Amino acid sequence: MATTTTPPTEHSHLSSAEVAELAREKRSPKALVGMIASYVGMALIVLYCIIPFYWMIVSSLRDPSQGRSTQFIPDPVSIANFKGVFSGQNNFGRSLINSLIVSGATTILTLLFGIVAAYALARLTFKGKGLVLWVIMACSMFPVIILIPPLLKMFSSTEPFQWFPRWVDTYQAVIVPYLSFGLPLAVWNLTAFFKQLPVELEQAAMVDGCTPGVAFRKVILPLAAPGVFTTAIIVFIGAWNEYLIALTFLQAADRQTATVAISKFTGTTGFDTPYGTIMAAGVIVTVPLLVAVLLFQRRIVAGLTAGGVK
Amino acid sequence: MATATAEPRSAAAVAPDGHKHKKNALSDGQGRLAWILLAPTLLVILVVAGIPVIMSIRESFFQTNDGVDPVTGMVAGGEKFVGLGNFTAIFAGQNPVTGSWGTIDRFWNAFWNTTAITVVCIILETILGVAMALIMAKAFKGRGIVRAGILVPWAIPTIVSALMWKLIFDADGIMNRVLGNQVLWLADTGASFWAIVIADTWKTAPFIGLLTLAGLQTIPAEVYEAAKVDGATTWQQFVRITLPLVRPTLVVAVLFRTLDTLRMFDLPYGMIGAGKYRVETLSIFSYLEATQTRYGPAAAYAIVLFIYVLLVAFVFVKLLGADVIGDTGMPKKKKGKKKAGDAAAPGLEMVGGAH
Repeated sequence: MATTTTPPTEHSHLSSAEVAELAREKRSPKALVGMIASYVGMALIVLYCIIPFYWMIVSSLRDPSQGRSTQFIPDPVSIANFKGVFSGQNNFGRSLINSLIVSGATTILTLLFGIVAAYALARLTFKGKGLVLWVIMACSMFPVIILIPPLLKMFSSTEPFQWFPRWVDTYQAVIVPYLSFGLPLAVWNLTAFFKQLPVELEQAAMVDGCTPGVAFRKVILPLAAPGVFTTAIIVFIGAWNEYLIALTFLQAADRQTATVAISKFTGTTGFDTPYGTIMAAGVIVTVPLLVAVLLFQRRIVAGLTAGGVK
Repeated sequence: MATATAEPRSAAAVAPDGHKHKKNALSDGQGRLAWILLAPTLLVILVVAGIPVIMSIRESFFQTNDGVDPVTGMVAGGEKFVGLGNFTAIFAGQNPVTGSWGTIDRFWNAFWNTTAITVVCIILETILGVAMALIMAKAFKGRGIVRAGILVPWAIPTIVSALMWKLIFDADGIMNRVLGNQVLWLADTGASFWAIVIADTWKTAPFIGLLTLAGLQTIPAEVYEAAKVDGATTWQQFVRITLPLVRPTLVVAVLFRTLDTLRMFDLPYGMIGAGKYRVETLSIFSYLEATQTRYGPAAAYAIVLFIYVLLVAFVFVKLLGADVIGDTGMPKKKKGKKKAGDAAAPGLEMVGGAH
């Protein structure tokens, strides 16, 4: 790119034509081949990512009677599956609301705790910081399944946890475990974001008489808003997509999250696996995420690469 | 952007360095404040992770008294302490099943399934991911479209993608039609294993690609120009420059993917089903045991998986030098986190571009 901006003609020993000639991008046949190859490669990547998803959309738009048809374009196009999704027995509308409540609460709590912790990790010096980082990192590594046996016992108030309130089929039964993967992610991302903001900004505010806390709240937090926002999206998507914990603790039909509801669809037509309805529900669950992802893709990518977690 | 952020960082990092630092409101005597700020997070982690893990360890030494009372349907008489019984049972082979590994104990069947799926998936995902990153790094135009496309598999919930692939791999499904073949992908056959591998690779190779791309973008173009001047071939550039320089990022990405794949649950469970021995992972086995109220064995299997995950993480950190912590706030790690550098981009753009 730099070569295309022609410098002022101080080099008078070169004619302007020669300068233009030198400045022109050299396109050897080899470079051309490379460029075409790179476009082909990019097209392949996009196809690789999109085609299975395309199949999901196509299958959702078929007539329910042609559940497993292998036509590449549905004929006739029908939205009967989408209507079927919201028919009585599936409780799908309710499950979407449940998902929203659970993911929203997880996101808010995660941010509340995560922001203050990340501030401490990014800005303060104290003994044991390495240890804290390791604890948080280890927390994001351990398999979720290890939480299941004890928590299932506890939340269902079986022996020896009769004293514990019965939490199975309550929102907090999943929100609390979700924090165990939301928090490490949030702390990790936010620490990275806070560290990027020049410490001088806070120092300037403190010179003007702010306490570190006020300086953080009034100067750093507004500047870190994009980072906080990114973290929120990633945590939200993580909670929205979670399956194992929700499957274990939310069994009542009116408490299921969307992911669990989809996997338990019995459908409206026949005894066959109602693929059309399942795909339609999958599209409904995925599309809001995709819209968010496409709108904020730059930030999400930045957040993912900063966190590197999950 | 990397250069813009490097300077303030080092300035911030110098202050806490060592004993003779000057007064600095940002670093002096703030240990207590730091712990107060960290308290909520650490408390939550203790409650939702620490205590359950300890409870799991305790649980793994107990067994529910066998026998459900046929009259009441209640579990008879709580549980009994069995010491290491749940762990030694793993080696006793009391529960043989027939899967891809011949007739072996169900635990080991799940263990080898988990290991095989992880190894195969990670190798494929790494190769594909690096290839994708290389292609994207070369691109000048259209990178946004590719990046948007790549986020599609990531954003689809795993269970939804499991059901999606279930339809694709259906005996009468599109995959068999394209292959012109009649493979019973979903019938707990050897093909089921590959169905899982394909579905998982589809979902996560782009993710490795994204992380690797972030690493690639931090390699200065000058390095390649110098190599070209010295007559290095493209392959030499890839092996001698790209791979070593992108290695730290790649190792971390692969580590996280490995840990994630080791605890795989949604995909085999949603796609092939429960109790399918060709694809039953440790997480699924443990889950099924727990829902059968066999909490003790379930906890024991989960703990073995946990130890397995820790060992793998340890190997990555020690042998491959995965820099997971990245930065402990000390100045030594100034090479710092192209990851963090990249993360700064939106924030700084916002600062600059807020009109």
